[in-house]
Amino acid sequence: MGDHNQPFLSVSGDPECAPVHDDSVVDDALHRPQGSSKSKLLLAVFSGIFVVCLILAGGYDKSGVVKIHQLEGGDEMGVGPMEMPAGSATTRPSVSRGKSAGVSEKANLSPQQLLGGGEGSGDGLSEDFPWNNSMLSWQRTAFHFQPEKNWMNDPNGPLFYKGWYHFFYQYNPNAAVWGDIVWGHAVSRDLIHWLHLPLAMVADQWYDVQGVWTGSATILPDGKVMMLYTGSTNESVQVQNLAYPADHDDPLLLDWVKHPGNPVLVPPPGIHHKDFRDPTTAWQTSEGKWRITIGSKVNKTGIALIYDTDDFVNFELKDGFLHGVPGTGMWECVDFYPVAVAGGDGLDTSANGAGVRHVVKASLDDDRHDYYAIGTYDEEAGKWYPDNPAIDVGIGIRYDYGIFYASKTFFDQSKQRRILWGWIGEWDSEAADVRKGWASLQGMPRTVVLDTKTGSNLLQWPVEESERLRLRSKEFKNVVAKPGAVVPIKLEAATQLDIVAELELDKEAVDRVVESNEEFKCSSSSKGAAHRGALGPFGLLVLSEETLSEQTPVYFYVVKGKNATLRTYFCADQSRSSLANDVNKQIYGSSVPVLQGEKFGVRMLVDHSIIESFAQGGRSVITSRVYPTKAIYGAARLFLFNNATEAGVTASIKVWQMNSAFIRPFPNL
Amino acid sequence: MIRSTIFLVLLLTLYPIPIQIQATPSIPNILGNNLIDQTCKKTPYYDLCIQTLVSCPESFHTDLEGLAKITVGAIAHKASAALRRIETILAKKEHSKPAVREALNACASRYRAVVEQDVPETLMSLRTGNYKFASRGTNDAATEAMSCEEDFAAGESPLSDLNVAVHDVSVVAAAIVQAVIES
Repeated sequence: MGDHNQPFLSVSGDPECAPVHDDSVVDDALHRPQGSSKSKLLLAVFSGIFVVCLILAGGYDKSGVVKIHQLEGGDEMGVGPMEMPAGSATTRPSVSRGKSAGVSEKANLSPQQLLGGGEGSGDGLSEDFPWNNSMLSWQRTAFHFQPEKNWMNDPNGPLFYKGWYHFFYQYNPNAAVWGDIVWGHAVSRDLIHWLHLPLAMVADQWYDVQGVWTGSATILPDGKVMMLYTGSTNESVQVQNLAYPADHDDPLLLDWVKHPGNPVLVPPPGIHHKDFRDPTTAWQTSEGKWRITIGSKVNKTGIALIYDTDDFVNFELKDGFLHGVPGTGMWECVDFYPVAVAGGDGLDTSANGAGVRHVVKASLDDDRHDYYAIGTYDEEAGKWYPDNPAIDVGIGIRYDYGIFYASKTFFDQSKQRRILWGWIGEWDSEAADVRKGWASLQGMPRTVVLDTKTGSNLLQWPVEESERLRLRSKEFKNVVAKPGAVVPIKLEAATQLDIVAELELDKEAVDRVVESNEEFKCSSSSKGAAHRGALGPFGLLVLSEETLSEQTPVYFYVVKGKNATLRTYFCADQSRSSLANDVNKQIYGSSVPVLQGEKFGVRMLVDHSIIESFAQGGRSVITSRVYPTKAIYGAARLFLFNNATEAGVTASIKVWQMNSAFIRPFPNL
Repeated sequence: MIRSTIFLVLLLTLYPIPIQIQATPSIPNILGNNLIDQTCKKTPYYDLCIQTLVSCPESFHTDLEGLAKITVGAIAHKASAALRRIETILAKKEHSKPAVREALNACASRYRAVVEQDVPETLMSLRTGNYKFASRGTNDAATEAMSCEEDFAAGESPLSDLNVAVHDVSVVAAAIVQAVIES
């Protein structure tokens, strides 16, 4: 790329700000034409001396441990889809730590030392610090969608077509990190048993050469498929492009054609060329036009732009926005869809009228979480209004209080349901991803309906086909856990499970305990599930080791507040989930409505390094990525625990061993 | 040539800066660059941020994204230095205990990930405007550096200064990336 681009693996003596070679198609903005080589040499010499001066001058303050607080406050401000959260990774290395045990052999440790690992996080011994192949290969899931190797992110263009569920996804064919993004493709009869197909689209046009990014499918009344997607052009402009199947009679939709007139949409005036991406599925207006929305931002207000079209080629930008919320920043992967007030079946994306509410969802770039709100769609004005502005898009409810991003729904016309896909990133280090050769999963597809009992939130539940994976089951009825108890749930294996549990607090204790004015948030105590209250925490210890050296509590925490009202929280605690030092150790969750007469209910899908936990029928969901070093294979255990101080817990638990989905390439293609 | 002379004069006037930075917490106004000052205030290591940016003349003529790229370059530079030192130590076979050698090998794969994965991913992300991957890359670089240090028993790490350096400049870079996302 010319002699002015110094490679970043530079020889000593070069200035620190040598331009970094990044293998790009277009020139990095930092690269400037150089003057004579003589002035370059002088510059290098003086810069080198300057750097030496800096080092000699003692540089920056080395004392103490500095924590970075990326996000302040409550449960909603948990961890994003990829980066290591504050307080663990971004804690500066304590070079004078004085770890007495050091890197020692596990066999030499006493049981007390093992069990004592409950005090806070990060003091775990990392004697198995280089991830060995056994630990890494265990992490691969058995029944969650993932390609055979390399990197995946956003779900794209899901649809049901000619008997097959289609799934496309952001994929890097070359590495286990984001980059070189193209569209992967897979099909399934049942949303569970996926078969990999060849790449659907690659970055072979000027308008998507820097990335074939996220898009959505629209099925027209005549059955034709229109796929709108974002391309990152050779000049890093975000544009929208149209593609469609090369052969509409091919049920596998193997080959795709990009519309010769692409791009069909470029950033409109007032919208930055890097704030314009992720077009939605189109829905019909009463005028017979097709309407889509695309997320963006104006200053710090996240917005959803609206466009109308007759042909998916020519678009008309509608005045104003579908909606916007100040302070929420860029809206990625916007989704817009109707739900029935009566619950039950899902609705076609074009449904409208009485008995229908509309959901607006956005993935917030600022905090890497997916938020939704329920409201009213005014088709004529092209606007949507939240039922409750206090919990508007981006400041209210999240689909998932763990790791879950870039989610997208589609209407499954074969079974009349709305299905939600979500990208589940990694919570380990990229070095480990490179070593294991892959990164990211998709969540188990979930049905989405309005919660008819509360009217103000959605319910998410694994698609019923997930139950086809159930093998042998074991039932544990009326298991009692007194305050402080940890009760083993004896299973033949504990890494591929479907768990359904109902728990009750001792009623007498609940009536007896005094009101507390505790302001609880799952993340407020660094002790996580070891923080004890009168009525909580209680729940399950998943992917746990026999001596609890590694454990992942997923639990309820109940607080009795003013006027004896009970408030319930649903949390996951990863602070002791692994002895490794380079994985997520956060504690996160949210409050969950528990209605009169309801027991505490949870369903959990445990599939090696992913845990998906659904509380109260899907009112609150938490997805976790967990990387134990000991609690793997036959050493993984399941426990019921009750850390409440005042109340006993009675639980009825049913556990199924789950089969593999045998996800593999489509045979004989 | 005139341009280069101006650069040299600028550099010469910056020599008192290291001493001044220790004495006072903020950059002198002679530089008059508000963007660098404002940006570094958003990072947890203000002084390091200033030094990293100021040592690179291009930081005076660029935008927030450009400042992010400069700090990413610093990550690459320091991570490469860590790799070179690891190589050097491993080459001297007689000096290292097995546990130390094992940790060094683990650190080498961590720093290779920083140089070969985190840095390019971050730069691509900044260039195309899909910024969350820059957040991922810079935060991961901090993780790799911290984990490398923790892979050694107390007092046995021959990489402490570099681990701290990579960690801290990565945290600065991540904070600037977050500022880009929120701008």
